[in-house]
Amino acid sequence: MNELLSAISDGHVVAKRNVIKIKRVPEVLVFVLISPIMFVLLFAYVFGGSIDIPGGSYREFLIGGIFAQTVIFGATFTGAGIADDMQKGIIDRFRSLPMSRSAMLVGRTASDVIYNVLSLIIMALTGLIVGWRIHNGLLKMLLGFVLLLTFAYAFSWIMAYVGLLVPSVEVINNASFMVIFPLTFIANTFVPAENLPGVLRTFAEWNPVSSVTQAARELFGNLPPGTPEPTAWPLQNPVLYTVIWIIVIIAIFAPLSVHRYAKPK
Amino acid sequence: MGTIEATGLAKYYKEVKALDGLDLTVPQGTILSLLGPNGAGKTTAVSILTTLIMPDKGHAMVAGADLVKSPKEVRKRIGLSGQYAAVDENLTGFENLDMIGRLYHLGREKARVRSRELLDRFELDEAGDRPVKTYSGGMRRRLDLAGAIVAEPQVLFLDEPTTGLDPHGRVEMWSVIRELVTKGTTVLLTTQYLEEADRLADDIVVIDHGREIAHGTADQLKATIGGERIEITVAYSAALPETQSILSGFADGDLQVDDHTRTVVAPVIGGAPVFTRALRAIDEAGIEVSDVGLRRPTLDDVFLSLTGRAAEEDTTTDTEGART
Ligand SMILES: Nc1ncnc2c1ncn2[C@@H]1O[C@H](COP(=O)(O)OP(=O)(O)O)[C@@H](O)[C@H]1O
Ligand SMILES: [Mg+2]
Repeated sequence: MNELLSAISDGHVVAKRNVIKIKRVPEVLVFVLISPIMFVLLFAYVFGGSIDIPGGSYREFLIGGIFAQTVIFGATFTGAGIADDMQKGIIDRFRSLPMSRSAMLVGRTASDVIYNVLSLIIMALTGLIVGWRIHNGLLKMLLGFVLLLTFAYAFSWIMAYVGLLVPSVEVINNASFMVIFPLTFIANTFVPAENLPGVLRTFAEWNPVSSVTQAARELFGNLPPGTPEPTAWPLQNPVLYTVIWIIVIIAIFAPLSVHRYAKPK
Repeated sequence: MGTIEATGLAKYYKEVKALDGLDLTVPQGTILSLLGPNGAGKTTAVSILTTLIMPDKGHAMVAGADLVKSPKEVRKRIGLSGQYAAVDENLTGFENLDMIGRLYHLGREKARVRSRELLDRFELDEAGDRPVKTYSGGMRRRLDLAGAIVAEPQVLFLDEPTTGLDPHGRVEMWSVIRELVTKGTTVLLTTQYLEEADRLADDIVVIDHGREIAHGTADQLKATIGGERIEITVAYSAALPETQSILSGFADGDLQVDDHTRTVVAPVIGGAPVFTRALRAIDEAGIEVSDVGLRRPTLDDVFLSLTGRAAEEDTTTDTEGART
């Protein structure tokens, strides 16, 4: 069996295990599903009145940002799951088996997409209830969701690598908060990037979280005529810029993680 | 051939010599026990031989495959049950074994059949469809061992398989391990208990600081430190000579008499039955005793006699040394 085929078939076995876990530990799932609802409601009703979006409604604008932020948080589960398996010796058991050396990571990153699929569905429904609408048709909507999920998938390879480095689940949870809050707030997720001052504005314009958010808004048709045109290239070409990031992240972190996992210490 | 042949294995972590030139030979179908206190290097040896970590020096052939050159071949032929049971709490016993079987590439059907078979054999059939969360420590250990033999490996590595088990669980585990060897599996087992090595192993290597400090069968090791002995403390010193003369009838070797503590120590062979008869004789002679015991040599005794210091003290100094 060549390496690719065995990575897929062994990865499938590992993914199956993770899916069983999702079913058996519903507490995690509740958190995954409740927190996006909370975010949508919080921003829609608490800040909704005070943030003004020229040409559109804040709720329409907001949803794309919350989608992006939530799927990135969802991707951190990959790191926590791997750190947990390391702590419990399950990774060492895998490493002593004649299975494909990339299967653990392939299976884990793939099964963690499920969390994000579920939370996107819940968020979309909550969004529809508070007044968010899709204006560009089914195909573009699907494209928008696929782009969000793929971006989160790439991000989960970064988290996988971090999960293999850190000594415990607690460390990874704290570390993710420290990285992900700035990354998702210094962006156009909750306010237009153009509203941010100086350096923060530049950071936000080149931040891939902004581009994936912008891409989702475009594809869902949440940027009505009259919305100011972005001036930075990444936000003018958000789909392309996001796809480049996805490719670069996977190209770097997938081999790095597999190497880290497989190498005898 | 399912054998282990290792020479000069070494692993260093900064100043700590986790393993410092260890040779091991385990013939087909036998059990070798690696005996040593905490921090002696047992887990390091097992991790190297199961391809989890790379030795800094030395080489080894495991089940006919070269550890460094063809680790994947080694993995196909071995099973590992680590020091802590690496079972997935959220999966059922069956799901754990089935997953491991699939990852050994047994195929869907064979993995399933084999998992059920092992659950039966390890008396986990009733618990087999319950999440492992609900299992006792002993059940988890058995499941972990079952996972290690799903693919009927030629060589099996067991790192402290009974540590943390109650006496009943320990005896159960011993019988399972013994059964495996009668079927031709080669086993390397680590333990902190001389008694365990004694019960199971064909050959014992005692290690400390990553080095072999003694090697032999259980009988040979015990011969160097003395075997079981009866210790009797009498209530009155006047009874010492009579106690000594009665016990000498049961002893295998010279008796020690301590007038100060009123204790007589007699080396014996034959364990509990001899002990019982000796006690009866003492009782019939009307000797009043304040304490009696059948002492077996422990790892501490082995250490004391081999190194002149107690195993426990030694580990403490070792960890302190490692921190600085
Ligand atoms: N990853 C590591 N980093 C630093 N020191 C280690 C590491 N692994 C083991 N050691 C040290 O190596 C020695 C042997 O450890 P180990 O093989 O686990 O012993 P045992 O299994 O016999 O208790 C100990 O002193 C331990 O602290
Ligand atoms: Mg150990």
